[in-house]
Amino acid sequence: MSASVTHRSFDRIRQDLDAGSTTVEEITAGYLAAAEERSSLNAFISLFGHEAMDQARQVDRKRKAGAAGPLAGMVVSIKDAISVAGHRLTCGSRILENFVSPYDATVVARLKAADAVILGKTNLDEFAMGSSTEHSAFGRVKHPQDPDLVPGGSSGGSAVAVAAGLSTASLGSDTGGSIRQPAAFTGIVGLKPTYGRVSRYGLVAFASSFDTIGPFALTVADAARVLQAMAGRDVCDSTSSSTPVPDLLSAIGQPVRGLRVGLPKEYYAEGLQPEVRAAVQRQVDLLRDAGAVIAEVSLPHSAFTIAAYYILATAEASSNLARYDGARYGYRAKDAHDLSEMYLRSRSEGFGAEVKRRIMLGTYVLSAGYYEAYYGKGQRVRRLIKEDFDKAFAQVDCLVTPTTPSTAFKAGEKSGDPLQMYLSDIYTVSANLAGIPGISLPCGTDGAGHPIGVQLLGRQFDEPTILRVAAFLEAAAPSHT
Amino acid sequence: MPWNPAYEPVIGLEVHAQLKTVSKAFCGCSTRFGDNPNSNVCPVCLGMPGVLPVLNRQVVEFTLLMGLATHCSIRPRSSFARKNYFYPDLPKGYQISQFDEPICSKGWVEFEMHDGTRRRVGITRIHMEEDAGKSIHDLDIDSLVDLNRCGVPLIEIVSEPDLRTPAEASRYLQTIRQIVTYLGICDGNMEEGSLRCDANVSVRKVGAEEFGTKTEVKNMNSFRFVERAIEFEINRQIEVLESGGRVVQETMLWDSAQGVALPMRSKEEAHDYRYFPEPDLVPVVVDEPWIAGARSSLPEFPEVRRDRYVASFRLPKYDADILTAEKPLADYFELVVSGLSKQNDETVKLASNWTMTEVLRVVNEKRVALSELPVTPKRLASMINLIVNGTISGKIAKEVFEEMMAANEDPEVVVKRKGLVQISDTVAIELTIDEILAANPAEVEKYRAGKQQVFGFFVGEVMKRMKGKANPKMVNEVLKKKLER
Ligand SMILES: [Zn+2]
Repeated sequence: MSASVTHRSFDRIRQDLDAGSTTVEEITAGYLAAAEERSSLNAFISLFGHEAMDQARQVDRKRKAGAAGPLAGMVVSIKDAISVAGHRLTCGSRILENFVSPYDATVVARLKAADAVILGKTNLDEFAMGSSTEHSAFGRVKHPQDPDLVPGGSSGGSAVAVAAGLSTASLGSDTGGSIRQPAAFTGIVGLKPTYGRVSRYGLVAFASSFDTIGPFALTVADAARVLQAMAGRDVCDSTSSSTPVPDLLSAIGQPVRGLRVGLPKEYYAEGLQPEVRAAVQRQVDLLRDAGAVIAEVSLPHSAFTIAAYYILATAEASSNLARYDGARYGYRAKDAHDLSEMYLRSRSEGFGAEVKRRIMLGTYVLSAGYYEAYYGKGQRVRRLIKEDFDKAFAQVDCLVTPTTPSTAFKAGEKSGDPLQMYLSDIYTVSANLAGIPGISLPCGTDGAGHPIGVQLLGRQFDEPTILRVAAFLEAAAPSHT
Repeated sequence: MPWNPAYEPVIGLEVHAQLKTVSKAFCGCSTRFGDNPNSNVCPVCLGMPGVLPVLNRQVVEFTLLMGLATHCSIRPRSSFARKNYFYPDLPKGYQISQFDEPICSKGWVEFEMHDGTRRRVGITRIHMEEDAGKSIHDLDIDSLVDLNRCGVPLIEIVSEPDLRTPAEASRYLQTIRQIVTYLGICDGNMEEGSLRCDANVSVRKVGAEEFGTKTEVKNMNSFRFVERAIEFEINRQIEVLESGGRVVQETMLWDSAQGVALPMRSKEEAHDYRYFPEPDLVPVVVDEPWIAGARSSLPEFPEVRRDRYVASFRLPKYDADILTAEKPLADYFELVVSGLSKQNDETVKLASNWTMTEVLRVVNEKRVALSELPVTPKRLASMINLIVNGTISGKIAKEVFEEMMAANEDPEVVVKRKGLVQISDTVAIELTIDEILAANPAEVEKYRAGKQQVFGFFVGEVMKRMKGKANPKMVNEVLKKKLER
């Protein structure tokens, strides 16, 4: 079965299922075949094969009995930083290469309960640290349009799995842009929910106060459906919110007339690729033409976003990754003479360079004597950035920005220069500092035909507004699905 | 004073108390002690990738009780922090603890020294944290780790440096132990490690304002060792100073076998814990109704209870001290009293005597908990009632007590089954005495000639003949009457 057949939205799948022209089993087999066929993309770390087919047949039986859940027919891949019981949970790292997790992440349990078929685990930057999915112990992920390009990261495998038609939707995680940036690079929809909207239980922690799980999909509606199925309070995650989850699909199709849309001026400054600027401007024009009120707003502390993020996120990461010490599970160096050598060598051999860089940075900023100068200051900046957003959202209902300063770059282009790599997250990181929701959706291509993403940011727990604007822009653009 | 009196010691204690919750602090695993190694574990307490802690409400409740019992102010919003260090019995590579926002602070406890003087010691803070697992090194093979204890809730109670002698430190620790056991939040067992104590010790010249450099003494796992280790450290520091040296701030490990405290290798203590706020937990919010509820559930504490025993039961202070030292014993005693059919000074004292002697004896001998004793408070009270109404003698009661222990029966059943009812029948006693006097005319003559000691011989003969069941008071009376006729 070719990718064009599998490359379709859940709406189309459901039409076909309802018409009786296909089965969940057939759809799942199609995706598995497509994943095999395009294995050179290196999007998957593991495929669930038989298990996925068994699950698909079970969903077919449930459909026949009229007892199927809302995601029956959806075939989902999972970033390999999210736990699925009985399967490897590698985080793209040698240190967890052979670790099999004994439990389901809450999001996985909820997707299963909604009758989504779980297809497999997708490749990622090691421990979700990266913006290109080049830093994986299982090799880099390639952009579906051009193998020399990166798909973005860290959820590059998930983005490619959806963009190349290897699953209907995919779960990624977004700590500083790891869903939105690869969605922009690969021309699909990527949704980062409000912090606390989705349980983190079962997501391998990178930076706990930033990490969010969200969906990749071909359409805004599909992203909304996946989020709907997994959102809401979870007793296993104390930081998950009990704020009620509204009907997200009902936001789709609502007019944007009268909606106040803000353009943060700091996001349209230098460093922005002209074609990206022009494409985002066209989206703003579409909104204005439809009756939205466009206003310029300011997020004055934007200049400190990357610095604050890399201090706070690496501090949390240095602690979160301490558990990978070779003592209980995962990689253990052979023939160490004592405990200290076992720790040193297991971690030196098990972690890749970017992960080590961030552990060291995070350990440093938390060290005695430096805490106030770095971590303390970082926290204060985070508060100021939150306040920036509070003030902006007092004036407007959502913000429109580019997702990334440029389109997909070439593999190897930035891997030698961490700072350049970090700057590719400059427009996405602020949403993680502030804990607000963001979505990226395709809005055209550059001269080389590579996708451009536009980002919408909303108030905390106001996913409906950004979904409404996203769906409007999606409908206004020529669609490929 | 067992140290150079030119110096004054300054001591503060850090006490860790393991909380008696059913499940661990941040997961649902059991806290049971003594199960098979690594049987009470789950992905959360094993620190598996992707898991998250969820705070056990009981931990907050217990800590709150301790804070209120020690007159602390309660922080309405406190938060957790991560204390980072690598060790195989610490699966996450960090311990969840409280750092700059502990739930309880600025309290105090009072206690009485043996000479009757009262001392008040400040409590700096009480905070919640999780225990680590246990490493076992003394094996020929590799080191082993048991993670059953990992994640069991602890409270750390930090005192002000208000203690001045090892004896005060020990009394303070006993007071803390009494409070946690009275609250029922910790079993207070130092040998099993459910109560642990570290001491910060320094010395200064008497009259000096400033504190000397302190050392931390660890690994003192009994009250006796606490006193001995602190005293050792005081003398060591004074010796250093007297010989012109300076005390180095370091951690000392008490070696009870050698009776010395030795410095820990500096590598082991060179920790930079890199505390930072625990992002996986939300702040702990304790509101007024919760505090009020906890306050109203505080038990009557030992000193108050002791004073009540003296005032309303009219027991000697000695009895009251022993009976109230441990809450289970005091509770037991009060149940015995409430089971007495007649409550007066005499019967309450009987209850006190039986509880302090026989009950404590069998508890210690058989190493059983009071709650598992076959002689329940109700049974002991019934037995005392039998003594009071003359059914059995005090001497026979000892036999009844042993039989209740052995057969797990009510005293009435024992008395009936073994025919232990006291013979108070005057005719039967008189007849027996007549027979014995008739059979021993020579002895009777001796008595009448003034040899009073023979009286005991007659009592013994009567008791022997009547199998010890004769009412001793009546035997005495009748014998006297007949011999002196
Ligand atoms: Zn557990």
